[in-house]
Amino acid sequence: MTTLDPELRQAMLAAVPSLRAFAISLCGNVDRADDLVQEALLRALTNIESFEPGTNMPAWLFTILRNQFRSEYRKRRREVEDANGKYAENLKSLPEQPGHIEFAEFREALGQLPSDQREALILIGASGFSYEEAAKICGCAVGTIKSRVNRARTRLGDMLSIQGSEDIGPDAELRSVLTGTDPG
Amino acid sequence: MTDAAAKPDATLGREIQAKIGLQLRTLYNDIVSEGVPDRFADLLNKLDKSSDDDKGSKA
Repeated sequence: MTTLDPELRQAMLAAVPSLRAFAISLCGNVDRADDLVQEALLRALTNIESFEPGTNMPAWLFTILRNQFRSEYRKRRREVEDANGKYAENLKSLPEQPGHIEFAEFREALGQLPSDQREALILIGASGFSYEEAAKICGCAVGTIKSRVNRARTRLGDMLSIQGSEDIGPDAELRSVLTGTDPG
Repeated sequence: MTDAAAKPDATLGREIQAKIGLQLRTLYNDIVSEGVPDRFADLLNKLDKSSDDDKGSKA
């Protein structure tokens, strides 16, 4: 095989937008995410023989990208302790959605999740993979994906309900405690 | 009868979970809708040609 089959190239191109969305929401940094996508595509092209025609091209590419992200993340974690804080900071620099005031809070909370929970949540909640596919992509059991997604949702819910409680009910007591610490 | 009022936490939880799902998909789909940046389209096209040139002798 000396050339990339046009069908395979088409399948790879078609997967790029969601591969980018996965990469950006995973690492929180557009430039770094695009580098991850580029590396994943290069690696995929190098190993194109190992792709079984007729199987799920997006899932194959997601697996490659995810493995790269993990090995890079492990390396980086040794260098940068505050990887999560950095994620939130990076995502804040993404264009703001008009009318989504709470969006920044959501991104920040997403960035505070452990990365295994974040990736599971994205694969299931946004990429539209089945639990079985997500388990294959992450190289773990289906039950592990399910519990990671549940933990991610619970944790996000906890983080956002604390922040969002002001919208839902009057929290004058808490507010007065928070603002009333100064007078003394 | 007053179950709904008695369980504000459950309602709050559902509302927040719905919001989380929506915001996650919004974040994701906004990026998807950007399509394929030239960088990657070029990469796939260029590599296609170069692999043709470089490895054409593979028997």
